[in-house]
Amino acid sequence: MGSNAMLIHLVARRAAVAFLLAVLAAGKASAQFEFVGSWAPLGTEDVQNDSVPVDYLGLALTEEGRTRALSYDESQKSMIERQCFGWGAAYMVLGPFGLRVTSQTDPVTNRVVSFTIGAWEDWNGMIIWMDGRPRPSEHALHTQAGFTVGRWEGGALAARTTHVKAGFIRKTGVPLTDQAIIDWRFFRHGDILTVLMVVTDPVYLAEPEIVSKSFRLSRTPLDYRTECVPTYEGREPGSSVPHYAPDQNPFAEEFVNLYHLPREAVLGYRETLYPEYRKKIRDTYVPPPPCTESCGAAGNFVLRRQ
Amino acid sequence: MRTWSAALTVLLCILWALGVPTPMRAQQQAGGARSARDAAPIDLTGYWVSYVTENWRYRMVTPAKGEYRRIPASPAALPIINSWDPAADERAGNQCKSYGAGGIMSVPGRLHITWQDADTLRIETDAGTQTRLFHFPRGDSAAATSAGPRSWQGESTATWEPATGGDGGGGGGSLRVVTTNLRAGYLRKNGVPYSERATVTEHFDVAPLPDGGKLLLVTTTVEDPMYLTGPYIVSPHFKQEPDGSKWDPTPCSSTW
Repeated sequence: MGSNAMLIHLVARRAAVAFLLAVLAAGKASAQFEFVGSWAPLGTEDVQNDSVPVDYLGLALTEEGRTRALSYDESQKSMIERQCFGWGAAYMVLGPFGLRVTSQTDPVTNRVVSFTIGAWEDWNGMIIWMDGRPRPSEHALHTQAGFTVGRWEGGALAARTTHVKAGFIRKTGVPLTDQAIIDWRFFRHGDILTVLMVVTDPVYLAEPEIVSKSFRLSRTPLDYRTECVPTYEGREPGSSVPHYAPDQNPFAEEFVNLYHLPREAVLGYRETLYPEYRKKIRDTYVPPPPCTESCGAAGNFVLRRQ
Repeated sequence: MRTWSAALTVLLCILWALGVPTPMRAQQQAGGARSARDAAPIDLTGYWVSYVTENWRYRMVTPAKGEYRRIPASPAALPIINSWDPAADERAGNQCKSYGAGGIMSVPGRLHITWQDADTLRIETDAGTQTRLFHFPRGDSAAATSAGPRSWQGESTATWEPATGGDGGGGGGSLRVVTTNLRAGYLRKNGVPYSERATVTEHFDVAPLPDGGKLLLVTTTVEDPMYLTGPYIVSPHFKQEPDGSKWDPTPCSSTW
């Protein structure tokens, strides 16, 4: 083989290797999307369900879950030692704020080690580990944020959160045990990020709570205050924890009366999540009177009537 | 000779990767490509049931007349919202106004998704007995598509968005559907309107459920220069069912 032939052979081999690496890298990159950035909330979906003290619409609660929820008194959050507890991982989509996503990379390989979704005042943020690290022992510390591992799958970012602290999935006191698991999918379509959350809890949920919420890419960084400063709100430190006997919650009928909603729907019975239920109540449902005030506000306000 | 052959192979591979037309690719682009059914990166066919865990109050019951919370309604929409008259809709034969493409996926019910032909995905709903046809343009058929009369479900153009940038093979991805040529309809049962100038853009994604089931997520964006001040975005979801035993067609209703 002459020197020219050897040169061509060498170039060809190197080009082939480079091509192979480029194809692999391109394939991998296109299966992912740019997750880092600020994602602003849209406010067009009703997922907060916290405008009245008893609103369990869209949930399939067990009897235990319903009983615990009805025993909750919102003034627990006025206790100085509880004001800065923050809410659990699910509040990422149930809360009113946007997502500020950053990534942390390995300085040597430049691979993404983790994504961090930034905290806000009453939410502790979330780290999604992308480096394949094993989950800690089931006896390891459980936290509000839990432990989350993610991977790219079918063009979406899939993640699972375990090791959550016993807490709540709604601000209305709907409880969650520390055995709960939260599965996440992040889908990006253009400037829209849709987050799918599937919460399973063997104790308090009869079926998974499934919530999907969309965010829009923000051209300007979101800037949320993160520090929580407890203040005196009328509850002395160490005083008894406010609560109701589950069958004596004074707000149990408020939402029912306000919107003429079926009681079993407000209290989170499983059957109310399926179309058959709609047919069942068709002949008994009485629509509420026409709305006259706060009828179109984007926020989470309660309907008022004259 | 072997060396030149190797170099030529590498060169062709690079040209292919860069998207330079090759005879085979040119033939595919001219209409000889795989059908939409064969290229599907996700399988949407089967029966699906609404799982109403969000927007419950706006979907499972008819909201109060005049309420349009969380919808960016324009000032032009307010008179329509406040004068909603379901009986008049019924008399005018417009009882399907809340079952149009702008709102149908949020109506609690079941979907039956099948392939009508190799390039047309068909979605039937038992609520309101509606049929949507998603056309995947292929080759010259894209240019040949002509708008017919306006309808509740309009004209829908569909494209696969494979996750890997390839042409399917089950690697995951998404279905994007753009619908226009609509009859004016309602976003909600209580008469919050969208006009015939509305465009509905949807992304269909699937995700596994912890119990082994499958979830269909439909991220829906309604844009309407007449009755909306900005995009109205919702993402109803559906659980897959093993068969059609719970399929229960019901006609459109203007009140329920």
